[in-house]
Amino acid sequence: MGRAPASLATLSDDFFRDRSGDDCLSNDGLFCADWAIRNLERYVDPTLEHALLVLVAVVAGFGIAFGLALLAHRKKWLAPPFLAATGILYTIPSISFFFLLLPLTGRGALTAIIALTAFSLQIIFRNVSTGLANVPLDVREAARGMGMTERQAMWRVEVPLALPEIIAGLRVATVSTVALATLAVFANGGGLGSEIVVGSNITFKTGIIMAGSIAILMALLFDGLLILTGRLLSPWERAAL
Amino acid sequence: MNSLNKARKIVLAVGVGLLLAAGVAACGSDDGSDTTASGTIERNDANSDVSLTIGSKNFTEQIVLGEIYAQALEAAGYDVKTDLNLGSETVALKALEQDEISGYPEYISTALTSFFGRDPEQVPNDAQEGADEVNSEASKKGLVVFGPTPFASANAVGLLSSKAEELGVEKVSDLEGVSEQLKLYGSPECRQRIDCLLGLQENYGLQFESFTPVDIGLRYEVLDNGQADVSILFTTDAQLGASDKYTTLEDDLGVLPSGNVVFMTSEAVVEKAGPDYQATIELVQENLTEEVMQELSARIDLDKEKPDQVAADYLSEAGYTG
Amino acid sequence: MTVPPLAFLGLFGQAWEFVFDGRQAEIGTVRVGGPEQVLDLATTQLEVTLLALGVALLIALPAGVALGHFGRGEFLAVSVGNAGRALPELALIALMAAAIGVGMINLVVALAILGIPPILTNAYVGIRQVDDSVVEAARGMGMGNLAIAGRIELPLAVPTVMGGIRTAAINIVATATIAPLAGILTLGDFILARNVYGDAGVLAGAILVALMALTFEGVLAGLQWKLTPRSLRDGRVS
Repeated sequence: MGRAPASLATLSDDFFRDRSGDDCLSNDGLFCADWAIRNLERYVDPTLEHALLVLVAVVAGFGIAFGLALLAHRKKWLAPPFLAATGILYTIPSISFFFLLLPLTGRGALTAIIALTAFSLQIIFRNVSTGLANVPLDVREAARGMGMTERQAMWRVEVPLALPEIIAGLRVATVSTVALATLAVFANGGGLGSEIVVGSNITFKTGIIMAGSIAILMALLFDGLLILTGRLLSPWERAAL
Repeated sequence: MNSLNKARKIVLAVGVGLLLAAGVAACGSDDGSDTTASGTIERNDANSDVSLTIGSKNFTEQIVLGEIYAQALEAAGYDVKTDLNLGSETVALKALEQDEISGYPEYISTALTSFFGRDPEQVPNDAQEGADEVNSEASKKGLVVFGPTPFASANAVGLLSSKAEELGVEKVSDLEGVSEQLKLYGSPECRQRIDCLLGLQENYGLQFESFTPVDIGLRYEVLDNGQADVSILFTTDAQLGASDKYTTLEDDLGVLPSGNVVFMTSEAVVEKAGPDYQATIELVQENLTEEVMQELSARIDLDKEKPDQVAADYLSEAGYTG
Repeated sequence: MTVPPLAFLGLFGQAWEFVFDGRQAEIGTVRVGGPEQVLDLATTQLEVTLLALGVALLIALPAGVALGHFGRGEFLAVSVGNAGRALPELALIALMAAAIGVGMINLVVALAILGIPPILTNAYVGIRQVDDSVVEAARGMGMGNLAIAGRIELPLAVPTVMGGIRTAAINIVATATIAPLAGILTLGDFILARNVYGDAGVLAGAILVALMALTFEGVLAGLQWKLTPRSLRDGRVS
């Protein structure tokens, strides 16, 4: 069906490998450790992409949700609508969200980030709100009594006291976002998901386990970093985290 | 339009010239480890302000082809991005028509049957004839295809060899009367393609117990797991060459035509990219015989290497890149 | 890839048509979409979700309640919750399909695994948070463990427990959307098989999935409200 190639001679015979051997890969084993060790490098880029997606989404989510919670803390009537709105964003499955954004932002990392940010809003909002609400009334009154303005009281007393709750919310949001970001591949956003479903990766058990494990490790790492941050920022809180 | 035809003729001439030069050089030396300088891609700095995005469809053979073309064009000095794994042919064509990609590799058979409404029997046996026919249709959309690859691929009706023996089937038409008890698995677009399920139903008159669409990457997995009795495979798959575990049935009625690959791009891009565009692509695909394609697919599907690495190795081992 | 506003509305119009009329497939002579197919896929997604949720409840609810009642296994209950959150659904589904095979039972098991952690953890935490004095009073009245757990602790823990169930439900519905990767066709097929259904189908699928998730959540929220003892109903940030 084809025409004779003009320069077949440029490919030597040892271009064609001998695959008659019997090893983990050819037996389609569950996890081929030697392959994994030899091929760690291929996971570097997807991991970095993944981490970037998560960081941007969580930072943006925190920024927005924190602002919303502060607003709702001042004006109580805002709390239920904010809760409802962030709740809707949380309930809509990310993969659906990617494609609802299709007409607006098309395919790419931005779409993935917007969807991931939207997912994290409710978690962070609720935790910040609860944290602020749980500051005892007498503490707040004491702060006012000391002559602090509302804003000073907020930032110097209330927010620091709410920190454990805020950190807890950030932890849940971050860990969930790391897991969810594997879906970013469907929005052409890259990430570890590309080592799971692109091309023949979808049948490669070792590859899937590698990508999944890296995601889990990343979640644990970020979780640990947040715990540390919490301890650093509020040393008066012992082991509550 | 006259200047365009002229430009095309120049491109063709340069391309043919390069091919002849490469051919002469190859014929001139016999030892296997030859890296003929005339086959090496020359970097042309004039290309550096041309930006190209190379696409591909969503399975291994396509992805490695896309990588090969992209890396070759980069070596020729172009500013290249890739957007591989787009999806099936309709998605890829749309991306091309909407200028999201500059070009992608397409099978002559797929272009003729899926895009231009031909019946499978109308796909020419000769690759150049097929490419010309695609070009005459494609030019109506402002698209153009380059010369065909040496290798051709086709859909194939596949089973586990043990199952094929058990059923006593060797040709697709042997499935008549038996197919009603068989579960068929194929890609999602197989349902609507005349060189896939649609053709099996209409031209072979086969009805299957069920058709389940799955990701193309799972086409062997579903046979291994016993989920599928029959699966749609590709004739150039690495897995077919690697062992006797799988059998493909002979397409006796010619419903699953074979197609060489042609790089499909738009006339606008050809014009802005200059002669190196076509020349480079046709140069690096010269060595892509069925054997070589199967080896490349094997490196990705069986040895689990990354497509970009496999492409880079091919280009350097064949002497296209230094 | 910028799409002018009218085209944006146009795509929604096409999506509407896709759901109610069906349309010609991207290539070939097959018709896709339309109410029957939409209903078929939606039903499958609902089935799979309810089955998986049911299995998860059967396993996690009694376990969480028991652990919470006896005050044991805090580390386990909390860790399972954290671990569950960190588990990437895509990897789970893909691994299941590659290692065990494609099919309904496998899918339901995988989805149930996703649903168990939030239910377990929240059941544990909810029961633990019930005021000790109430439990003591009940014990003083002669109630046994099962009665206390079922008639005193559980009702008081409804908000937290239901919160866990709702989280589980959202996880499961969302992951059931990518079930087509494992060969079970749910509404996610419209989204994932763009080749067949076109961008109109993708958008229609995305909208339908969002609606299904929101409806499910709404039903569960209503259920929670009904089940919450009146005394707890006021002032709850649900």
